[in-house]
Amino acid sequence: MGEELKVIVFGLADEEYGIEVDKVRTIERMSPITRVPKTLPFIKGVINLRGVVLPVIDLRGRFGLPESEPTDHSRIIVVAAGGLEVGFIVDTANDVIDLDSDAIETPPEVVGGVKAKYLHGVARLAGDRLLIMLNLSEVLNKNEIIQLEQQEV
Amino acid sequence: MDMNAYLSMFIDESNDHLQSLNENLLRLESSPEDVGIVQVIFRSAHTLKGMSATMGFEDLASLTHEMENVLDLVRNQKLAMDGFIFDTLFKSLDALESMVQDIVNGGSGKADVTAIVANLKAIVKGDYGASGQASQSAGASGVQGESRTALDEFQTSVLLQSIEAGLSVFHAVVTIREDCLLKAARAYMVFDFLERSGEVVKSHPSVQDIEQEKFDRSFTVFTISSMGEDELRKGIETVSEIESAEVSVLDRETLLQVGAAPAASPPPAVAAVPAAPAPEVPQEASSAAGASRAQTAAASAAPAAAAGSVPRTIRVDIERLDALMNLFSELLIDRVRLEQLASEVRRSDLTETVEHMTRVSGDLQNIVLKLRMVPVESVFNRFPRMVRDLAKSLNKKVELVITGAETELDRTVIDEIGDPLVHLLRNSLDHGVEPAQDRAAAGKPETGVVHLRAFHSGNHVFIEIEDDGRGINREKVKQIAVKNGVVTESEAAKLTVDEINMLLFAPGFSTADKISDISGRGVGLDVVKSKISSLGGHISVDSVPGQGTKFSIQLPLTLSIISAMLIKLGSEKYTIPLSSIVETGILQRSHIRKIHGNRMIDFRGSLIPLLSLKQVLDNDSFQEELETETEIVVIRKGDKLGAVTVDEFIGQSDIVLKTLGGYLTNIQAISGAAILGDGQVALIVDPNALIK
Repeated sequence: MGEELKVIVFGLADEEYGIEVDKVRTIERMSPITRVPKTLPFIKGVINLRGVVLPVIDLRGRFGLPESEPTDHSRIIVVAAGGLEVGFIVDTANDVIDLDSDAIETPPEVVGGVKAKYLHGVARLAGDRLLIMLNLSEVLNKNEIIQLEQQEV
Repeated sequence: MDMNAYLSMFIDESNDHLQSLNENLLRLESSPEDVGIVQVIFRSAHTLKGMSATMGFEDLASLTHEMENVLDLVRNQKLAMDGFIFDTLFKSLDALESMVQDIVNGGSGKADVTAIVANLKAIVKGDYGASGQASQSAGASGVQGESRTALDEFQTSVLLQSIEAGLSVFHAVVTIREDCLLKAARAYMVFDFLERSGEVVKSHPSVQDIEQEKFDRSFTVFTISSMGEDELRKGIETVSEIESAEVSVLDRETLLQVGAAPAASPPPAVAAVPAAPAPEVPQEASSAAGASRAQTAAASAAPAAAAGSVPRTIRVDIERLDALMNLFSELLIDRVRLEQLASEVRRSDLTETVEHMTRVSGDLQNIVLKLRMVPVESVFNRFPRMVRDLAKSLNKKVELVITGAETELDRTVIDEIGDPLVHLLRNSLDHGVEPAQDRAAAGKPETGVVHLRAFHSGNHVFIEIEDDGRGINREKVKQIAVKNGVVTESEAAKLTVDEINMLLFAPGFSTADKISDISGRGVGLDVVKSKISSLGGHISVDSVPGQGTKFSIQLPLTLSIISAMLIKLGSEKYTIPLSSIVETGILQRSHIRKIHGNRMIDFRGSLIPLLSLKQVLDNDSFQEELETETEIVVIRKGDKLGAVTVDEFIGQSDIVLKTLGGYLTNIQAISGAAILGDGQVALIVDPNALIK
């Protein structure tokens, strides 16, 4: 038996993803977003989270998935990692599960759509559910973003 | 007893004493004959020693003790200061500083200082003509026998002068409870209290004896205080474990009686803390007092004014102040919201209440902002020492002239501005000021002068660093810039003087021929520039070859709350800081001229560039092309003007500056965000980025 992990489960384009609960500050409903000019397309802007101005990222856009209009189920998951605090827009977020860290396997070479380096592993759950565990520090990696910017220019 | 409760106080006060030691030692270096300064230094060192011993930091206490021995000889004119002594004392201070720093970081304040101690001891023993090893205890006990007089001539004259000047002089007998565990600590707290409200002129037993708990349950002090009799007694009695304090006011006669009749209340040996050898006290008096070591154990030459009204202050944790600021900014957002609601509801009693609240919160805002203002002195005061050391290691003669140290700046800016200033000063000393022989050859005085100035101007604070050195060698700057690929050769040929000067701030730029210890390690002025920009300020440089260079930093007065103009661009709202707006107006499209493809307008007789905010901010919701007349905002960066077109003016508002967080950094033309009354976030346009 490995360590017990508490994981927030969220949905993004028909797949289920997980983030360790201690990286998550809060989960919010969608609120008006102020666009920030001259940023990458997946950075949707900033919101007012109880007096703190917080950048929000469309996780679909970040992973290169087709973006969609927010729905009633859309949520902003506020994560804090590496001194950064950022909100992720996800399609749904409604579950917290306990996970044995041994159940997380290294991701297979090719994972549909999402670049493997954003993944920390894949957890096999009961009922043949697969949970993609995010590698937050890669998702928030700013060096890579700088590269992306340069490519766009 | 839990010492941690006193630890932060100890650290704060140790730092104060170390700072004062540094400053005064520097002053002494420029006027080595001034015994008054030695007295101040001695007293600071002595207090530091007492505090450290009480807190159990033995290494600190023993090092200060050795310093004291040296200072004592100097004070008694048995030893003349020289370069070696100064260097050793400065080294001791460095060691003390790092020990205190260690304590700050949770360490025990222990350090190996044997080398310094050996030097200090050598000075005391050495061939400096010292009349023996005047160790503290030996001296003290020597006096104990002979001095039976309650007050010596000098102390009496200080007290008499104070009475004549209308100050109250008290005689206090403080008795500590029998079950008190740390008598010395309690006595220290009493002394601390007395010194905050005035000056202790003399105590019995001596301060040293009290510190070493060499007293029974009570001690006697003569003190000059700004407080009344009752207030003083209550103040002493609020120190815990004090049984009683008998305070009596002394007038001229009782004082003379006490002075003449030692047996009266204050028994034998004496330690004096003539806090204020007031300017009128003749120098002989203070050195006479110094001659008997124990009597002036903690002598000082603090300004005489200290005995008068002392500003009553408290130390507040900066985090609490930040919390207050955050809460206040929430309040401000609600206030704006209330103002909006009241104007919609239009009920006079609501409007009146909101107006009243606006006034009250406006006053509150002023106070909260003032609380955060700190004199720039707290940064400047570490530079004299730095410049001295640097000049020595560069083998140059440099005088640092500081003006405007009392200029106040927001605490957040103060914390950040130190490093850039260190960099610029190093730059001036290393690259600016020439070696003495070069200066002489150029017909300049051998000693270079570096001015460090701070002053207010409008909503900004300026800090200038100006040297009278060789100035910037523009040809060399150009060559290096071309070599490092900062500009191409053809670009370099077209650069203006200002543009060449600004090349110094380009990343990876260094004009140093050889990489020295002091500057020119590649990480250079570009870091300074980005730091200052991140504070919302900017830096410029002015240089005359052969005559010197001036760096000028412009900083915002405060980083937290500013007045701003709220504007609309289609569906989006932005704010522009009022401090950079010159005026607003309406412009007919037909009045826009095109020069070289750039849009310009005529503003009070001069042509200024016109920018479209819509284009700068990539905003698609505003159809600017359809307007026949357009609202413009004329903005200023230094003495350059420019104008931007906007959709609509909403109005002026106080906004609370918020950062965009660590994820969104260096967004072009945006300096931060503000939360509006309706809870929405509006971005703050950075006018400095709009004008090139």
